[in-house]
Amino acid sequence: MSLETPLHRVQGLGSAHSGVRHFWRERVTAAALIPLSAWFVVSVMFLVGQTEGEVAAYFQHPWNALLMALFVIVACVHMMLGLQVVIDDYVHRPGQRIVLLLFNRAFTWIVGGLSLVALLRLGVG
Amino acid sequence: MADNPQSPPLRGRPLSPHLSIYKWPITMATSITHRATGVAISMGIILVAWGLLALASGPELYQPFIAAIASPVGLVILAGFLWSLIYHFLNGIRHLAWDLGYGFEVSTASRSGVTVIALSVLLALAVLGYAWWALHGGVRR
Repeated sequence: MSLETPLHRVQGLGSAHSGVRHFWRERVTAAALIPLSAWFVVSVMFLVGQTEGEVAAYFQHPWNALLMALFVIVACVHMMLGLQVVIDDYVHRPGQRIVLLLFNRAFTWIVGGLSLVALLRLGVG
Repeated sequence: MADNPQSPPLRGRPLSPHLSIYKWPITMATSITHRATGVAISMGIILVAWGLLALASGPELYQPFIAAIASPVGLVILAGFLWSLIYHFLNGIRHLAWDLGYGFEVSTASRSGVTVIALSVLLALAVLGYAWWALHGGVRR
């Protein structure tokens, strides 16, 4: 006889309170980053040597602004998930690990947030 | 208290082999490089955010940004960022193929590893070569 509730059993979550979501999100963002990061590198190649005005105009174009925003968001999520695994694997002292995991989250939100604010400002200004 | 298993070391007890004792197969090298390049790209993304902010703020911030990434140190960082991105991109596709169940044969995994390393260097050099050509002697738009 199990003392598990039916809901708990069907959720399939153990004491970690999470299942394969992290694993799946890492794969889904990876797949999305194949076209997005290719677009980003090709864009930067194309922009090398162009004037500031031309570069600004490029990222003001609606399609490019959208793609850049998507690249920033998906890359940041993928980065956060990946760095989390690195911290989980190599940092064994719980206190240090928690601090680094929080720092990882903060870093992601700051870098991603600043990039999106810049894109918005570029588009509006 | 029971004997602490960590100390003192008992003479003659076998030790399990650790990382440093193995000859590195190509798959081991590509695996740790995937991780290292992932961390490197995470640092490189600061450059992307900096560039976007500088671009949105006007010439007084954009010119120093361009000067910074065009400096010798900046170019080395930029080249490292580019190669890391391309390597992680290619090796990531290899990982996704594994996730789908393809390419697990040892010979296949080794071959795909060598392919990823070679292709990442070639592509990075091609992009850098193109950028150099666009800056010097390329067509002026």
